[in-house]
Amino acid sequence: MKQEVQKENSMLLQKQMLSDHYRRLARAKEDGKKVVYTFVPGNLNELIWAFDMLPVHPEINALQSSMRKLSGNYILEAEKFGHSEDVCTYVKCDIGMLRKGNIGPTGEKLPPPDLLLLSYTGCFTFMKWFELLEKEYKCPVVMLQIPYQGDGEVTDSMRQYVVRQLRETAVPMMEKISGKKLNEEKLKSLLESAARAEDDLVWVWDSAKHKPSPIDAYFGGVYYVGPIFSAFRGLPECEQYYRELRSEVEFRIKHKMGPTVPDGELKEQKFRLVVEGPPNWTSFREFWKMFSDEKAVVVSSTYTKVGGLYERGFRHDPSRPFETMADYCLGCYTNRNLPSRIEIIEKYIKDFDADGFLINSIKSCNSFSVGQLLILRELEQRTGKAGGFIESDLVDPRYFSAANIKNRLESYFQMIEAKRSVSAQKEMAK
Amino acid sequence: MSVRSIIERCEELCRDLDFKYVVEWKKAHSAKAIGYMPVYVPREIIHAAGMLPVGIMGGGDEIEIIRGDAYFQSYICRIPRSTIELGVCGKLDSLDGMLFPAICDVIRNLSGMWKVMFPGKYVKYIDFPQDYNDAGKSFYESELRRLCDDLSGISGVTVTDEALRNSIKLYNENRAAIDELYRLRSRLPHQVTTYETYVIMRASNILEVSEHTKLVHEYIGAIKEVKRPERDHVRVIVSGAFCEQPPLNLIKALESSGCYIVDDDWVLCSRYFIKDISEDGDPFYALAESYIRSAVSTASRYEEGKDKGQYLLRMVRERQAEGVVFAAPSFCDPALLERPMLQAVLSEHNIPYTGFKYAENTGQIQVIKEETGTFADSIKLWGTK
Repeated sequence: MKQEVQKENSMLLQKQMLSDHYRRLARAKEDGKKVVYTFVPGNLNELIWAFDMLPVHPEINALQSSMRKLSGNYILEAEKFGHSEDVCTYVKCDIGMLRKGNIGPTGEKLPPPDLLLLSYTGCFTFMKWFELLEKEYKCPVVMLQIPYQGDGEVTDSMRQYVVRQLRETAVPMMEKISGKKLNEEKLKSLLESAARAEDDLVWVWDSAKHKPSPIDAYFGGVYYVGPIFSAFRGLPECEQYYRELRSEVEFRIKHKMGPTVPDGELKEQKFRLVVEGPPNWTSFREFWKMFSDEKAVVVSSTYTKVGGLYERGFRHDPSRPFETMADYCLGCYTNRNLPSRIEIIEKYIKDFDADGFLINSIKSCNSFSVGQLLILRELEQRTGKAGGFIESDLVDPRYFSAANIKNRLESYFQMIEAKRSVSAQKEMAK
Repeated sequence: MSVRSIIERCEELCRDLDFKYVVEWKKAHSAKAIGYMPVYVPREIIHAAGMLPVGIMGGGDEIEIIRGDAYFQSYICRIPRSTIELGVCGKLDSLDGMLFPAICDVIRNLSGMWKVMFPGKYVKYIDFPQDYNDAGKSFYESELRRLCDDLSGISGVTVTDEALRNSIKLYNENRAAIDELYRLRSRLPHQVTTYETYVIMRASNILEVSEHTKLVHEYIGAIKEVKRPERDHVRVIVSGAFCEQPPLNLIKALESSGCYIVDDDWVLCSRYFIKDISEDGDPFYALAESYIRSAVSTASRYEEGKDKGQYLLRMVRERQAEGVVFAAPSFCDPALLERPMLQAVLSEHNIPYTGFKYAENTGQIQVIKEETGTFADSIKLWGTK
């Protein structure tokens, strides 16, 4: 018998938000709305909405295509046109989707961009991606370079560089495209709203310190970041979503409930994990089930911080709109250097009392993947916790080997249990 | 010096993964050395701080990767693993620091790995501006000043504007000599072989700049005395190999497959400015201005659509090339993502092209040789349309 998927109010709300947004996009031309394509890390949704333009995030389209089992054909289509099998599959999925008619997840055609806002944050490939899209769409591009935190810090020079690009290039171009002057008061109000949603999101992340954890901060987490990472940060519906999500999590804490996983509520939680790296989207549910079947819950993850890392105190600050947008972009997870990433994960392992950490290494994503084997070694040394390592891809079904991943996960869970029993014996011996 | 002795010296420098020249130079000058990876590194600042800039381009096919593979997944290119191998084997101990320029996510993350793995060494990630307006220039200028302060701290040498202008002058002279060499190769490709040009360029990674300039002039003088037969080869440009380098045997194979390589983007760090850097005024401003206005195009620099491929197109015309060979390292995101855009521009202008992937230790050279040989034959048979 087919398992009925449990839907919570926040899930229904998010579904409605997405569906409304894609409808807005489908009607964009007839409604006279301008469309801005931009990326999730370092996205400037508040600025885009301040001009009444509509944001589109190509990575979201790619992952949506993947979850609907369309990405394989899109990737092949791009490879047919000369794109190497070696390169990022998000890019190829997007190019393939475009060449197959640019049909969005709701079955409606996505409008072409009036502007490509190249928020070059934490990923080199973004730059090539929008160079390719510029060739396809022949529309203006704004390069917004976010300097990398090579020394693990944000300097004034870095911040000022971003602020100047925003003031001197991005805003004038957006004014030209939209035909409107920037209304700073409107921008501030959007930033204020963003900060309120961010407060609630951080509260939700923090809830995983409870036992049992009321959330899954990776598989569930990618849904939780949906509104704030995609088109909605700064909008009232985004705030509403996070209020709703928070109240659901409060309810689960009060009743000592676990999160909803593919087969219902995860009541028993044998393993608390921290996960580094993006998930695989082509077999997302199957991948998630490999964890939930083993009663493993993810208590913190890094992927859910690519579109904003808020738990260290950053909030959008309406009193300094340009500086705060710069700080937001500069602080995204993949814009932080490797020592900082190790330190972040180490803190997650300790703060969330994790049994171990797992790295899902993604073939497509050098930004995440390069250095992950060193991260593994360092974290094992620093925390003494068991580290696991699996490999897959974002949206290329050819790189998801279910049997292989399952085997590795089973061995990994056995390793955690073995470590536990050694620790228990040591405790007994004291 | 004869051509043969010059080339033998360069080959030795190219193959010496113990960096004996660096060790001896440091001893002789009681000074330090700073390594850097490709491309666009402002070596002038290292030089002005009294240190030897040392270009690191992986281990080529001269090193067996034993420990380096343990740090990288199979789908990552080879240059970081051989560079790590060199590091963990102690072969880079003579370097007092490493600079990792913003070329791709791999080299970027390698900078962080270096910080973790070699905590006693100076490590710097250099972010180049992708915004070519005043904001980008000011940012880069301030980055250069920070780098200079750091390097001065390491060497103990205060970098005056005059000292930096002098270093700029020496590197301008070096680039002029290299430019002369490249023009000569384009004019007489049977005489100035690509193999020889390449190893001379690789020597620029190691030798002190004035010594390298002298060596280039010596080669140019010596090669005129050698008579080599002209061959029925086609004139091609190699594009996409600006970071991880092909093995020496692959370069030889390309030439013997029927191609005169009349330009390329190998060892680009030694020739990445189209024009001289100004030797007057504020030298930091001059370096930043040059990067913004006259750095050569690679896949690592942002380009607006109208400019995409124009650099390559100009090169084809100026060098009177009959075709382009795209050679990119496997798993090189920048070069491989760039390739379809460049191919489209060439197609628009009816310029033939072919392409292959390689690794710095590629052993399957015959297959590539056959491919480029067929490409050369097709141009000979059917021309360039």
